[in-house]
Amino acid sequence: MNLIIEILISTFIIGAIYALGAAGLTIIFGVSGILNLAHGAIVVVASLVAWYCALQLNMGIYLGGLVGIAAAILTTYVLYFTVVIPLSRSRQLASEELPVFLFVSTLLFALILQGLLEWFFGATPVSTPAMIDGVVHIAGVTVPLNSLLIGVVAWAVIGALWLFISHTRMGKAMLAASMSPKGLAIVGYDIGRIHFLVWGLYGLLAGIAGVLLASFIGASSNVAINLTATSFTIVVLGGLGNVLGSLAAAYILGFLGTVTAFLISPSLREVPGLLLLIVVLYARPQGLFGRH
Amino acid sequence: MNRTWFDWRTGVVVLAFAATACLPWFVSGYWLGVLTISSYVAVYAMAWDLLFGYGGEVNFGPTFLIGLGAYGAGMSNTFLGWPVWVSIPVGTLAAVIGGLALVGPALRLKGPYFGLVTLVAVLLLSQVINMFAGYTGGEIGLALRDILTISSTGNFYYAFGLMTITALVLRILVRSPLGLILEASGQDTTATEALGFSVTKFKILAFVISAFFSGLAGAMTVFYFGTASPGTVVAVAVTIQIIIATIIGGRRSIIGSILGAVFLIVAGEFLRPVGQLSSTLVAVLALLVLVFAPNGFISVFGARRERKA
Repeated sequence: MNLIIEILISTFIIGAIYALGAAGLTIIFGVSGILNLAHGAIVVVASLVAWYCALQLNMGIYLGGLVGIAAAILTTYVLYFTVVIPLSRSRQLASEELPVFLFVSTLLFALILQGLLEWFFGATPVSTPAMIDGVVHIAGVTVPLNSLLIGVVAWAVIGALWLFISHTRMGKAMLAASMSPKGLAIVGYDIGRIHFLVWGLYGLLAGIAGVLLASFIGASSNVAINLTATSFTIVVLGGLGNVLGSLAAAYILGFLGTVTAFLISPSLREVPGLLLLIVVLYARPQGLFGRH
Repeated sequence: MNRTWFDWRTGVVVLAFAATACLPWFVSGYWLGVLTISSYVAVYAMAWDLLFGYGGEVNFGPTFLIGLGAYGAGMSNTFLGWPVWVSIPVGTLAAVIGGLALVGPALRLKGPYFGLVTLVAVLLLSQVINMFAGYTGGEIGLALRDILTISSTGNFYYAFGLMTITALVLRILVRSPLGLILEASGQDTTATEALGFSVTKFKILAFVISAFFSGLAGAMTVFYFGTASPGTVVAVAVTIQIIIATIIGGRRSIIGSILGAVFLIVAGEFLRPVGQLSSTLVAVLALLVLVFAPNGFISVFGARRERKA
């Protein structure tokens, strides 16, 4: 019984972080059609910078977390201006080759980031200090308050994201850009500006996910590629560009991973997700919740 | 478009191959080792470019094929006690069968999905290697009973010979009607199908050929090192190396893949004193080439390139 509760609570938190991490990735794909393989590395930038500021520079977890998020946004813009824009405007590439080149170059960008992070911060996994201390008892299971707070914060950010997309002018414009960029341009929106803002939003979401991740299970430069793989699995399972699908997929994956980790072995956490992904890709390549 | 068999560029290439074949008389064993590894990576890159540059498919799982070849050969040598020259075909066969099993269903998927399935295949393979560490050696690697030869000159000629044969076969292939159809289907699938060619059939064939050379090179690589380990034949880092080599050398070009592979490995050796950041520097260099000269080194030599419409 305790085990079931423990699994459910762990699923709630890890699923929320997964969902947050994947939300930005799926939005970027929806609007710009780019599969960003530097995702995990950008998440880890936020984790490690937050840890460094909070513990090494004694800024405290809140200020450190903000600096970490800012670092993620900054890194995202570096990627955007040094890789995405020059490649999109390159006259040497046939347009159908562009996605592949973006795919490969974001992967290279991830490698560079990973190398630099390891150089600056080392490869040892680090954890940021808890935001709040104390524990609560839920049906006989002891849960740190900090873990619950992480889950709540992640859900609050997802809620805010939903409000932003469905109730603000800018958010609706972003949604429209994922449906019909030409239509949006015709009614007078500047597509370039929308892309700029979407990448900023992406950096923000990745940054928050990174800071929460560092506080929950810790992070190191080595996990970047695994984070990318997990986020990708979620995004593809949920249907590329489908935010709600990503949320559901994040929980399915979080649950499968947690059950495997608890019942079989923590080292096999990623296996059921990969198997599910293969099955889904063969049976329903548009994802579990994709439309066409 | 120049499709004649012999022009001045071909002459330069033949001379360069001949000159390289004479290197064992001039350079140290250390540099022969570097060139041996370069040759194997060049075979990986050429095999990958057959799908990417010519077939228009991004295979993120070259190390799935290489890994099957490597471990197939390694395990048949270690557990069945089969000699090197039997184990290498066994590994190659494993890669071809694995490639067929992967590509049949995967080719029904378009664009990024195909790439993702192949990437997942690699991640699964590395998980399987870890799960059955008793048979595969896990992270540490599988020690083989035999090796190709202990002579660095011999090893160089094995690798260089494989590279030369691969380059020749692929060159004949891509200039044959089969290669032209493959290239056409990579550039405009709909038009190629409208002409009556089964695009999927040609892509499966290309994948099998790619699997054959990847598996063969993978099998020979482990008999060069004497061990099969995930870090050298399965890791995503190896895939990245192959992709970088192909693109910075020049995609849709056999010589480009070779140039890229040699450059990448040799540059890595030169940057070794830099220490920890050396692979990062190589990545920066590759990214610069990719973003600002996406056609690679080979475009400098005036190879044909179509411009963006």
